[in-house]
Amino acid sequence: MKQFFAFVAKEFSHVFRDRKTLLMLFGVPVVQIVLFGFALTNEIKNSSIVIVDNAKDMASQQIITKIASTDYFKIKRELLNASQIDAAFKSGDIKLAIVFPENFYTDLLHTNKAQIQVIADASDPNTGTTLTNYVSGIIADYNSQMNATINVPEQINLDVRMLYNPDLKGAPNFVPGVIAMVMLLICVMMTSISIVREKELGTMEVLLVSPFKPLYVILAKAVPYLVLSLVNLTVILLLSVFALDLPIKGNIFLLYGVSIMYIITSLALGLLVSTGAKSQYGAMTLSLVGMMLPTMMLSGYIFPIENMPWILQLLSNVVPAKWFYIIIKDVMLKGLGFSYIWKETLILLGMTIFFLTLSLRNFKTRLE
Amino acid sequence: MSAITLDHIIKTYNKGTTLAVDDISFSIGKGELFGLIGPDGAGKTSIFRILTTLLLPDKGTATVVGNDVVKDFHKIRGIVGYMPGRFSLYQDLTVEENLNFFATVFGTTIKENYDQIKDIYGMLEPFKTRRAGKLSGGMKQKLALCCALIHKPEVLFLDEPTTGVDVVSRREFWEMLKRLKAQGITIMVSTSYMDEATLCDRIALMLGGKILSLDTPANIIKAYPEKLYAIKSPNMHHLLKDLRTNEDILHCYAAGEFIHLSLKNAGKENEEKLLKHLQSKGEIDLILKETTPTVEDCFIRLLGNINGNSN
Amino acid sequence: METVIKTKDLTKRFGDFVAVDKITFDVHKGEIFGFLGANGAGKTTAMRMLCGLSKPTSGEAIVAGVDVYRNPEEIKRNIGYMSQKFSLYEDLTVLENIKFYAGIYGLTDQQIKDKSEELIEKLGLQNQAKVLVSLLPLGWRQKLAFSVAIVHQPKIVFLDEPTGGVDPSTRKQFWDMIYDASENGITIFVTTHYLDEAEYCDRVCIMVDGSIKALDTPFLLKQKFDVDNITEVFYQLARTAKRSDN
Repeated sequence: MKQFFAFVAKEFSHVFRDRKTLLMLFGVPVVQIVLFGFALTNEIKNSSIVIVDNAKDMASQQIITKIASTDYFKIKRELLNASQIDAAFKSGDIKLAIVFPENFYTDLLHTNKAQIQVIADASDPNTGTTLTNYVSGIIADYNSQMNATINVPEQINLDVRMLYNPDLKGAPNFVPGVIAMVMLLICVMMTSISIVREKELGTMEVLLVSPFKPLYVILAKAVPYLVLSLVNLTVILLLSVFALDLPIKGNIFLLYGVSIMYIITSLALGLLVSTGAKSQYGAMTLSLVGMMLPTMMLSGYIFPIENMPWILQLLSNVVPAKWFYIIIKDVMLKGLGFSYIWKETLILLGMTIFFLTLSLRNFKTRLE
Repeated sequence: MSAITLDHIIKTYNKGTTLAVDDISFSIGKGELFGLIGPDGAGKTSIFRILTTLLLPDKGTATVVGNDVVKDFHKIRGIVGYMPGRFSLYQDLTVEENLNFFATVFGTTIKENYDQIKDIYGMLEPFKTRRAGKLSGGMKQKLALCCALIHKPEVLFLDEPTTGVDVVSRREFWEMLKRLKAQGITIMVSTSYMDEATLCDRIALMLGGKILSLDTPANIIKAYPEKLYAIKSPNMHHLLKDLRTNEDILHCYAAGEFIHLSLKNAGKENEEKLLKHLQSKGEIDLILKETTPTVEDCFIRLLGNINGNSN
Repeated sequence: METVIKTKDLTKRFGDFVAVDKITFDVHKGEIFGFLGANGAGKTTAMRMLCGLSKPTSGEAIVAGVDVYRNPEEIKRNIGYMSQKFSLYEDLTVLENIKFYAGIYGLTDQQIKDKSEELIEKLGLQNQAKVLVSLLPLGWRQKLAFSVAIVHQPKIVFLDEPTGGVDPSTRKQFWDMIYDASENGITIFVTTHYLDEAEYCDRVCIMVDGSIKALDTPFLLKQKFDVDNITEVFYQLARTAKRSDN
């Protein structure tokens, strides 16, 4: 046992003495969070928009004037009809289109209800949401102005369409995504590199010819990265809560609990990679290309899985990050309890056991 | 009981296409300082790895202190000390940390076995807080040796410990080995420096997976078949060329300060004949004398037997 | 005698540490110049400066007529280099390696063709021309590497411990090749740990703690230190070293 701790102590030394890597491991998530977080909180001004005024009546003109007078929007041009909207968006500089129906004022007067269509470019979902919110604000303002002078309240509804990204992936979703990625980076890549480095340097040879059980070598290597991942997780959460005002809705213990589960899954994956890689370079490549890339693509973090062809949807089930992403969103953003996530947790557990068994089987007590 | 035995060991790589160890058998007694001498690719490292249980032989058996390398490998791993081919310690840990680590891995402490390594560690102690990666070649060697000794092994396996290290450090290293041998530790060491061979009790000259000769250095030298001469002149390269054209010469090659040669027929007459011939070619200030063969000379001779020619 | 390497007070500092301390020497055309020293004595650093790979901190050095400060890239065109660790590409064939390096050194297509044939003929590798270098025995690889290093008839060839781990017979053959090159006017700058090889050099330079402690012909060095062989000379000098283990 004493030997095991000696080994763990050595591993910590290696980790802390490699300052460049340490900087990257802690720096990257912090930078990501800060960038993402503060990039979102800027106001958006002077966005180019187009208007299609099919009504050309008093009400529509009033609203248009109101819009033009804010500095949020710059009315690029007024289009003749809705069919030109598509081209306008495609040209790239238009972020929003507002369409007034033909009998706008008449409808308002006679039915007390009218619809305005708002089409937003949501490929950057944050921009799309923000601009739409600005329009809502302007309309609400107009609404209350109008209603101040008449008896029956009138209502102008907005029919909002978010182009290119209807589910608005982004915004608060990125924090769980960053967590998933960072855990993967640390646990899979760093662990596997560390193990393969022993092989490459020749120290593994010396270790094998000793009473120290090879299994403990691996476990000892995993420990510092487990600790590092938890520290990183805490940093990310603190940043999210205090710098980005993103509240953690769920049980904090559950959050840490499932994170530890995912960390262990990633460590097991790192172990598996190390048995397959022959050099540190190979371990890194295998981790980055074999693990990170699929994780980024198929976890649902950046691209919604539901929009992918079915074969990729199938493939995404094999990516541990996909399940963790669901779990952490549920716990952190939706505040759900264990009863909602037990299925995904079980899947992660199954994967962990599978990876561990495979790596142990592949681990060589000899050189060949 | 022999400390180490090998019985018809065969080892191949690349699915049998590369024959690294070709039916080797020998044994080493307790407390012996045994040298495996030969160039890269001779099979030395493969033999070490089989004996330290890191590789399985294709055929044959081997034992270390009576334990079979295949069946009882975990026993062997606890009682041997191993220094593999290149520097195999942790570059970013200090001298002391490395030693502490290996001591703990073997279930002991530096304090407990300090006597064992005192000799060698004494030279390192002033540098004990220096990172291992920043040590000179000679010091790294000493540290690796300490780490291999810290648990009082019965057998020491040292695979080319002096490669790439300067002559002074090499000499010191062998002095240390002699002192260790005096403590009763069996030491098996490999080297490609032929001059180190004479420092061993017995040596095995190896090439291409085979043993060319196995005996004490003295016996191997005694077994040199012909009389060996050393000759020199102010222009060595020229001399070598002239010698190569001479038909009485069996073989000749540069060997440091002199050129070593053997005649097809030895004897004073033929020596005179040779000198006359060389003088006629314009060689002056020739010095010709008999010389005792070195291990290198023996190796070259044995190589010549294999190749069928000696030049 | 033409001077191909000329240094004066050549120095290299890494922070406070003086790796090479004001070395001054000349090397003549066609000379076999041996460069000896313990690990850490500064041999490799000095060699790197002469090859144009490392910029000196101070002092002068002119290699093959080129100032190392002004035009290090041009030096590389006039020299060849071979070391124990790096020589040829293991996953290319003998012929491919020759063609590759000949091309890198700027030979024309016709020259490459001629040289390749010449080399293969000289080394007796006709049957192995299309064989991967990794399958050649070490000795052959080293000999081929040397030939490739001089394929463009450089003025100087730098050899960094070229005969490490090679069997004694091949070592002798290697030195035959060095002698031949020297006779063809190529200057040889060689470092080695085999002290018998020091005897084959025209002059030997021994470095200790970054500076030159001895520079002369083997014969005169032995006379000066009153010993039989270069090993003893080296031993006496190296014992005074502060930088290594002593």
